[in-house]
Amino acid sequence: MSFFKIDNMVKHFGGLAAVNGVSFEVKKGQIFGLIGPNGSGKTTLFNLISGYFRPTSGSIHFKGKRIDQLKTHKIIHLGVGRTFQVVKPLKRMSVLDNVIAAAFSHAITKHHARDIAEETIEFCGLTDRIGDLAKNLTIGDRKRLEITRALATKPELLLLDETFAGLNPNELNDALDLIGKISGSGITIIIVEHIMKIIMSISDHIHAINFGQTIAEGTPKQVAADPHVIEAYLGDQELNA
Amino acid sequence: MDLFLQTLVSGFLKGGLYALIGMGMTLIMGVMGIINLAHGQIMMVGMYITYSLFALYGVDPYLSLFVSMPAIFVLGVTIQKYLLNPLLRAETILPENQVLMTVGVGMVLTEVMRFIFTSDYKSARTSYSNATFFLGEISFSVPLVIDLFIAIMMTVALFLFLVKTDTGKSIRATAQDKEAASLMGINAERITYITFGLGSALVAAAGTLLMPIFYLFPDIGGPFTRKAFVICVLGGLGSTVGAIFGGITLGLAEAFGATYVAMEFEDMIGLVMFILVLLFLPGGFKRITKI
Amino acid sequence: MKVKNRRMMTAPLAALLFLLVFPLFVSNDYYLHLMILALMWVMIGSAWNLLAGYTGQVSFGDAAFFGTGAYTAGLLVNHLGWSPWWGIPLGGVTAALLGLPFGWICFRLRGAYFALATLALNEIMRHIATIWESLTDGMVGIMILQTFYAPIDSPIGELSSKTPYYYIILFMAVFSVSTVIWVMNSKLGYYFLSIREDQDAAESLGINTHYYKMISLGIAAALTGLAGGFYMNYMGFIDPETVFSLHDISIMAILVGIVGGVGSVYGPAVGAFIMVMMQEAFRTGGFGLLDAFAEYTGSQFVATSASLITGAHVLGFGVLVVLVIRYMPNGVVGDWSRLMKFILGRFQRQV
Repeated sequence: MSFFKIDNMVKHFGGLAAVNGVSFEVKKGQIFGLIGPNGSGKTTLFNLISGYFRPTSGSIHFKGKRIDQLKTHKIIHLGVGRTFQVVKPLKRMSVLDNVIAAAFSHAITKHHARDIAEETIEFCGLTDRIGDLAKNLTIGDRKRLEITRALATKPELLLLDETFAGLNPNELNDALDLIGKISGSGITIIIVEHIMKIIMSISDHIHAINFGQTIAEGTPKQVAADPHVIEAYLGDQELNA
Repeated sequence: MDLFLQTLVSGFLKGGLYALIGMGMTLIMGVMGIINLAHGQIMMVGMYITYSLFALYGVDPYLSLFVSMPAIFVLGVTIQKYLLNPLLRAETILPENQVLMTVGVGMVLTEVMRFIFTSDYKSARTSYSNATFFLGEISFSVPLVIDLFIAIMMTVALFLFLVKTDTGKSIRATAQDKEAASLMGINAERITYITFGLGSALVAAAGTLLMPIFYLFPDIGGPFTRKAFVICVLGGLGSTVGAIFGGITLGLAEAFGATYVAMEFEDMIGLVMFILVLLFLPGGFKRITKI
Repeated sequence: MKVKNRRMMTAPLAALLFLLVFPLFVSNDYYLHLMILALMWVMIGSAWNLLAGYTGQVSFGDAAFFGTGAYTAGLLVNHLGWSPWWGIPLGGVTAALLGLPFGWICFRLRGAYFALATLALNEIMRHIATIWESLTDGMVGIMILQTFYAPIDSPIGELSSKTPYYYIILFMAVFSVSTVIWVMNSKLGYYFLSIREDQDAAESLGINTHYYKMISLGIAAALTGLAGGFYMNYMGFIDPETVFSLHDISIMAILVGIVGGVGSVYGPAVGAFIMVMMQEAFRTGGFGLLDAFAEYTGSQFVATSASLITGAHVLGFGVLVVLVIRYMPNGVVGDWSRLMKFILGRFQRQV
């Protein structure tokens, strides 16, 4: 039984195929990088995994259980945590309350939830922001709060959606450290990233997609050398330039 | 069979006017993302304008379209500019503040009209109010047929406006994505005024068209507000094409309900349809038409 | 999570103490009646606030639940011969039984649908109560014999017949506010707030948003139904136009919440007293002050304007809605500091 497996995933929006026949497998404990240019279907895949979208066809299995027809909150309870590319802090709640709300997925009493929350906040290094309202955080801290909240749901698999976008170099290093720490605690991570350099440095395994289809898969080195990937990214960079 | 056809015809004719009411509401819904719970009350004010012109100067209700529509357009712009848009800047917990504001506006409009015109029933009976003609065994009310004709012309004009003119395109763009639209240099504030004015003018037109055959009193607004949102929910919130379908569906349903069930259920039929749509076709006809 | 320190508790406790002894000093039926109404609105407003202010789901049709509670009490008496007091708890139950499946239907869609559906439910319930004459007696309404109608002898002297109702509704109001406080300090409260802030984020925290919105509606409907059951007992008469009234119940509930302060525990309690006083002031022309003033001055103008103002009390209400939302969207409690600054600023300038 594989830890996490996507089979022949297809998602159409209207007539447009955002994801078109993607399959991959993630082993327990891996940091699995999902890369691709803008609009290649990465976030759609995440939304499919976490149950925000229903696939047109294909299946997703997590720890042997089929999850592609489940609602988001059910998937979260099975042990899949996620963050959003565009962060979604609970703005008018404090950092602590944000995380407590997440911790209630594994706690009944407020006392217990609070303990879990404080522990997770400590782990993620947000302790000095604990009383601030989420809407007053910097973008770096908001991204950190997203991760903290996701961790407080005690996931075995964590989906990180463009966690590095918009961070300054200091924040970037902190974020990389944090991801190392999370991985070290035994949590499997699938990370979507646009910036090649970062993802190459932290991933154990990389899956590259473009136009909703797989173009390469393998170790970071193999993928970086793959002509399809180079082409996709060069094209993209030309667009960016 | 004749009864059936007769019901079908009168329901369809009424549906044309309902479509006009619904399009006004859905336009506002699409651009502002709010339901205008003063919609029927705005229509009621338009009807009083028509009534006053008729009672004081003997102006034919159809002619007074040229007064009631611009006047209500201005009323709509004023409401949007001075009462609804300022709320966007205030930091509040309730996202529905604007909707609540429309409730307040509706109350004020109703009471002001009651103050001026009292609660008595008014009507603008013209020589053709009760005129009918027959096709076979089926009778057609002359004013309702004229109404349908004008309603169709206005619908066509509205679509041409939305598709062909720059302002119309800006309205559609704002409805699709407010942020993107303002990034493209569209003055979103101005678009909201125009939209609210336009939506109000459309419903005022529907009210004016109703005048020759209907009666009028200040509390008439509430039931029409409810009809308006039922139409929009049937059609799918924010969908202009859907509003036409929704209007005609409601007209037909009311007619058949009144004929085959009981007159007193007429008002309830729309509301029951509303719940049924939520149950079985959440999203309304938009799910089928996709526009 | 809002009520943490002692200082925040002093004002409510002082208010509660005042309310507890109020009937011992004031035996005037009219003032007691106003207080009873205000306390009833504390209940309804707190319930509305739980759903709208804390869960972000604005109901425009609280009358549906209020009327259901009231009719439950009335029908139990008329058809089964039960004591109307059973109608209070059972009114809460029937209102919740109406609210839960209704919530299940409407909460599947996000956006304006819930608000619209509550409006529709309000109207549907009113129509049913009107049309189903064999059950409800339609427009005639339901009349029951009140339990307390004569003055009551007590060791401290004769008490108004309203005194028992006063203490019952005071208890119910305290129960409602306590329920809200308790809920908001529990898992439910965190989940409600999360849903209000961001439904996608809430789902990603493992929150079944559909289910918890229903729970919030269920609690709010039950509390509102309890208030309806009380209303039947207290007034002794209901009809579809009063208890299913869009303006007098549903919109009033919203106003109580907004004027007091949406999303604050004691906001609706404050709002209830303000709104009941306002309503009464409009209805009676400033508690009869205008009339008295007209008589005193003998001015025809004042007399006319007094009768005009009394006649246009709904207009005054509407204007109030517009002004409050425009200038005080967070209510007296929410905008308290702004309000104080405004008043004190004025005052200081004058000094």
